[in-house]
Amino acid sequence: MPEVVVENVHKSFGALEVLKGVSLSVGRGEVFALIGRSGSGKSTLLRCMNGLEKINSGRIEIAGHALGGDAKALRKLRTDVGIVFQSYNLFPHLTVGENIMLAPRIVKDVAKTKAREVAREVLQLVGLSEKFDSYPDQLSGGQQQRVAIARSLAMRPKVMLFDEVTSALDPELTEEVLMVMEQLARDGMTMILVTHEMGFARRVATQTIFMHKGKIWEEGPSAALFADPQTPELRQFVKSDVK
Amino acid sequence: MTLKTFGFDQFGFLLFSLQWTILLTLIALIGGGLLGFAVALARTAQLKPVRIAAATYIQVIQGIPVLMILFLSYYGLSLAGFELPPLFAAGASMTIYASGYLAEIWRGCIQAVPKQQWEASESLAMTRLQQYRYVVLPQAIRISLPPTVGFAVQVVKNTSITSIIGFVELARAGQLINNATFQPFRVFLAVAALYFVVCYPLSQLSRLLERRLHAGSSR
Repeated sequence: MPEVVVENVHKSFGALEVLKGVSLSVGRGEVFALIGRSGSGKSTLLRCMNGLEKINSGRIEIAGHALGGDAKALRKLRTDVGIVFQSYNLFPHLTVGENIMLAPRIVKDVAKTKAREVAREVLQLVGLSEKFDSYPDQLSGGQQQRVAIARSLAMRPKVMLFDEVTSALDPELTEEVLMVMEQLARDGMTMILVTHEMGFARRVATQTIFMHKGKIWEEGPSAALFADPQTPELRQFVKSDVK
Repeated sequence: MTLKTFGFDQFGFLLFSLQWTILLTLIALIGGGLLGFAVALARTAQLKPVRIAAATYIQVIQGIPVLMILFLSYYGLSLAGFELPPLFAAGASMTIYASGYLAEIWRGCIQAVPKQQWEASESLAMTRLQQYRYVVLPQAIRISLPPTVGFAVQVVKNTSITSIIGFVELARAGQLINNATFQPFRVFLAVAALYFVVCYPLSQLSRLLERRLHAGSSR
């Protein structure tokens, strides 16, 4: 059974229809890359998957939860679905350790010692063990983003969503974040990422989806898709390779 | 009739009355703080009717002079048959006045916390209450300290308006002494100086807090 199912999803902001019937299916352990120009609807699609945006019609099922239930059902879904944002969004008044421990403690009622243990473990995973007691503003952008990934991982998600997580980083810092994500993919995490990093998509994503004008324009195994684009739009997009 | 002069005894009376000014300020800030906090939360609630009710409250309180609130609570209630001591009417009207302004100041502080903080905490499956408690309010409170202390200065000075209903705080005490001494310049200079002695440190504290807020950027 697939871990993520999106079926004929439509989404409008006012009169502007940004998703015009999108369907996809992601198997457990697969890594999907969503690529496309700004405004193609890829970020919106990702944000719909954990209920940050409400869809107008269609069906989304993720990690065994259907979207569209009440607030409680949505929270249940979110304990199984992590998301990492372009702007990190760490809690600036809390230390790195507290950032990571907060949700497990208050949402999942994990005991303090256990939460601390988990925090140390996920921090080690992203290579920042020594930053446990630092505050976010003492870290570089790349480090903050790795902490944000660790914070999501501490909830033990089944699916991880990444929304242009390296777009605010310079190339060197981008690399350290991508390495963490690649490790996650190798460890078998189901991942959907909106990205401008074509090289990363080609190398790490099992499947790449090219979105254009609110639709899935072209999709396929990453290697094949990049090597041999079928539509002129994707050919153009790959050629210009936005970044 | 013998005219007194403005001496130690009179100054002592001013100092004594200053206590009432301070007490009234504390009542206004604590009462207005509690009420204003509730209104600020209502102002940022998810339910639109609640937001509108809170906005209306703020608009009404800010749109009428404190003096009218004072008259309404003093004369209005006594007409209705409640014989209230001036302290009660003074405290109640200053509380209402402070709540209207603090609610608006704090609404701004809550909304100054970036939207992304809501999204991040929401995505971590927190309830709205948990978002307020652990993520938004700690940041909003930090932002709110300089303007709140700044507003406290306004409250200290505006308590003088309660002299009109005969509540003997600092300004009223000054009037009483002046009536007995006819030395308005000395008397009111002393009164003004006492207000300044209370307000100046508060203003400085507000500025200090603001500088620290900017220096420490986000934390």
